[in-house]
Amino acid sequence: MLEIKNLHVKLEEEDKVILKGVDLTVESGKVHAIMGPNGSGKSTLSYVLSGKDGYEVTDGEASLLGEDILEMEPEERAAAGLFLAFQYPVEIPGVGNMTFLRTAVNAQRKARGQEEMNATEFLKEVRARAKDLKIDADMLKRPVNVGFSGGEKKRNEILQMAMLEPKMCILDETDSGLDVDAMKLVAEGVNALRDEGRGFLVITHYQRLLDHIKPDVVHIMANGRIVKTGGPELALEVENNGYADILAEVA
Amino acid sequence: MALAPVTAILTPRKQEATEARLAAMTMPAGGWSDAARQDAVARVRAMGLPGARDEYWKYTKPEGFVDVQAQAAAVFQSDEAPMFDELDRLKIVFVDGVFDADASDDLALEGVSIDRLAEAADIHWAKDLYGVLEERGQDPVQRPLASLNTAYATDGILIHVTGKPSKPINLIYRHASEQSDAILHHVIKVDAGAEATILENGPAASRFNKCMEVDVADTGRLHHVRAQGRDHERRAITHIFARLGTESTFKSFTLTVNGVMTRNECVLELTGDDAEAHVAGACMGDGNFHHDDTVFVTHDAVNCESRQVFKKVLRNGATGVFQGKILVKEGAQKTDGYQISQSLLLDDDSQFLAKPELEIYADDVACSHGSTSGAIDEDGLFYLRARGVPRGMAEDLMTIAFIAEAVQEIENEDIQEQINNRVAGWLERRRG
Ligand SMILES: Nc1ncnc2c1ncn2[C@@H]1O[C@H](COP(=O)(O)OP(=O)(O)OP(=O)(O)O)[C@@H](O)[C@H]1O
Ligand SMILES: [Mg+2]
Repeated sequence: MLEIKNLHVKLEEEDKVILKGVDLTVESGKVHAIMGPNGSGKSTLSYVLSGKDGYEVTDGEASLLGEDILEMEPEERAAAGLFLAFQYPVEIPGVGNMTFLRTAVNAQRKARGQEEMNATEFLKEVRARAKDLKIDADMLKRPVNVGFSGGEKKRNEILQMAMLEPKMCILDETDSGLDVDAMKLVAEGVNALRDEGRGFLVITHYQRLLDHIKPDVVHIMANGRIVKTGGPELALEVENNGYADILAEVA
Repeated sequence: MALAPVTAILTPRKQEATEARLAAMTMPAGGWSDAARQDAVARVRAMGLPGARDEYWKYTKPEGFVDVQAQAAAVFQSDEAPMFDELDRLKIVFVDGVFDADASDDLALEGVSIDRLAEAADIHWAKDLYGVLEERGQDPVQRPLASLNTAYATDGILIHVTGKPSKPINLIYRHASEQSDAILHHVIKVDAGAEATILENGPAASRFNKCMEVDVADTGRLHHVRAQGRDHERRAITHIFARLGTESTFKSFTLTVNGVMTRNECVLELTGDDAEAHVAGACMGDGNFHHDDTVFVTHDAVNCESRQVFKKVLRNGATGVFQGKILVKEGAQKTDGYQISQSLLLDDDSQFLAKPELEIYADDVACSHGSTSGAIDEDGLFYLRARGVPRGMAEDLMTIAFIAEAVQEIENEDIQEQINNRVAGWLERRRG
C-alpha cells in the first residue's frame, strides 16, 4: 500500500536535515503504529507524504499503491487515496465545515472520474457519520475548526476521513487532547474503516490508543529514522520503560 | 470639546479648478430644493473642490472627480445576469443618470412613498433633509464633492418609509454612453418603527457622483446593499450621510468589483441612545483599480453600537485605501465601536493603505480597531489541498472566506449568497 524507501528530507529554507533514511512499508489491510520521542520527525514524515511545502526530499522514494507520490500535488495525493489526520487541524474562518467537506468529497470524486454527490445524498451521509462520532449539527455548520475544542477538532478529522474513504490513512496524534470517551469514539471510527483494502499509519505517544486500535506492527522513530520495528508488545515496552533502553540498544 | 476641523487650504489653483468646474455646470431648476442648492454652491466655493495636496485625499487622487470633463469609459459587456435579478423587488432604473420610466416599475408600494427628485411637488418632506445631512457631514471634515452633488444633482429618488414594504426597492444604474457624467442625489427618511431595504446596483455612468442622505427615526430600520458595476473604466464618488435616532438601525454593505477609481464615503451619526450602525464593504480589484473607503462614525448618544468591516482583495497592482474614524463625543458612554480593515494581497504588486483613527471623549467606552494586510494563509490552503481540493479552488474558497466577515453584515442570507456567487465568478474568470 504505502512504501517508503530510504527517505531523506531537509528543510527547504535552512540546512536542517530531519529525516535521515526512513524505510517503512504498510501493507494493505494492516495497521502500523509509529512511536518516538518529541522532535524525532514523525509529523515531518506525515507532512512530506502529504505534500506540504517547505521540505525538500534529498534522497529516497515514497509510493502509494505503486505510484510515486512525491512529485504529486497535495490534492493529487488525496485523490490517489492518501489521508492525513493532522496533529494540529487548521482553523479556516469563513469556510463552513459542510461546504468544506462537500467541496473536498466532490473534488476527489471528480478527480477520479466519479459522479459528484448531490446535496441530499451528501447531507444524509454526513449526518449519519457525524452521529457516530457524536458531532452535533451545530459543529457542522460552523467554520472549519474555528472555536472547536481540541477533542472536537480531532473528531472532525475522523469525520473527514470517514467521508473521504481514503485508501491510506495517516493519523498524527489523533488521540492527544481526547478524553477517554472521545478516544473510544475515535477508535471506533477508525476500526469501522479497517478493511482489507485500506492501510493505517497511526502516530501516537500512548499505548492507550493502541488498546482500542490494535496495531499489527509498531515502529520506533528516533532522530529521523525508524530504529526498531516489532509487534504490539513494543508499544507496551515504551509505555513501561520509556525510550531510553530502546535508544541505548540501537545506538 | 473643540474638535480640530480638517479643512483644506483653498489655494488659488484649487479656486481656479473649482470655478472652472462650476462654470461648466448647469443647476437644474429645483423648486423646493433651490435654496438648498444655492447654499451648497456657496459651500463648494468656500471649500474649493478637493486638490491633490489635501490631507483627506492623501491616498486617492481627486482629479478624476474634479475635472471639468469626465474621462470616457467603455461600456462593459457582461454575460452575467444583473445583480438582484432573481429577487422580487421594486425596480427604479437610471441610464447614465437619466430616469428610465419604461424600464422601471410603477413607483407605488405599500408602506413607502417614492418620488423623483426631478419631479417632486413643491412642498415636500425632503425639504427638511435635502442638503441638510450633507451639510452636517462637512464638520469636522470637508467633503466638497458632496456639496457639489447637492447643488447639481439632476435627479434622484426620495423615499419616505412609513411602514414595512413587502419588498426591497432596487435602484438600478445602467451605463450606456462612454461619455456619461451623472449626478444623483437620494433622500431616504425612515419613520419610527418602519423598516425597508434599499438595493443599488450597476456602474451608472462613466463618471458618477452619488449622494444619499438617510434619516432613520427612533426604532426605524434601514438595510442597504449595493453592488457597484463591473465596468473597468468607470469612476465613482459616492457619499452616504446617515443620522440615526434612538434604538434605530442602519446597515449598509457594498460590493465593488472592478472600476478604475472608486471612493465611497460614509458619514454616520448616532444621535439617539441604543442605536446601531453597521457599514461594511468588500472589494475585488485587479490591475488598474483604485478603491477608497472613507468612513466617519460619530457617537453622540449612550449605548450605541457601530461596526465598520472592510475587506479588500487585490491583485495585479491594484490599490486599496481605507480611512476610517470613530469619534466618540463627550457623554456618549457605553459606546461599542468596532472597526476592522483588511486586505488580501494576491501578489506582491498590490498595495493597501490604511488610516484607522479613534478619537474618544467619553470614559466608559469599548472601541477596537485593527488593520491587516497579507497573503492567503498557507496552512489553510494546504489543509484544503490535503483534503483533495485543487489549488485554484482552495484559493477561491479562502478568498471568499476572507471577505465573509463583511458579507455577513448583510442580514438577508439569500443576498449574502448572491454576493458570494458574484465574487466566486470574478475569481473563476481570473483562473481561466
Ligand atoms: N518547518 C520547520 N521549521 C523548522 N524546524 C522544523 C520544521 N519542521 C520540523 N522542524 C523540526 O524538525 C524536527 C522534527 O519535527 P516533527 O514535528 O516532525 O517531530 P515529531 O516527531 O512529530 O514530534 P512530536 O512528537 O513533538 O509531535 C523538530 O526538531 C522540529 O523542530
Ligand atoms: Mg508531531
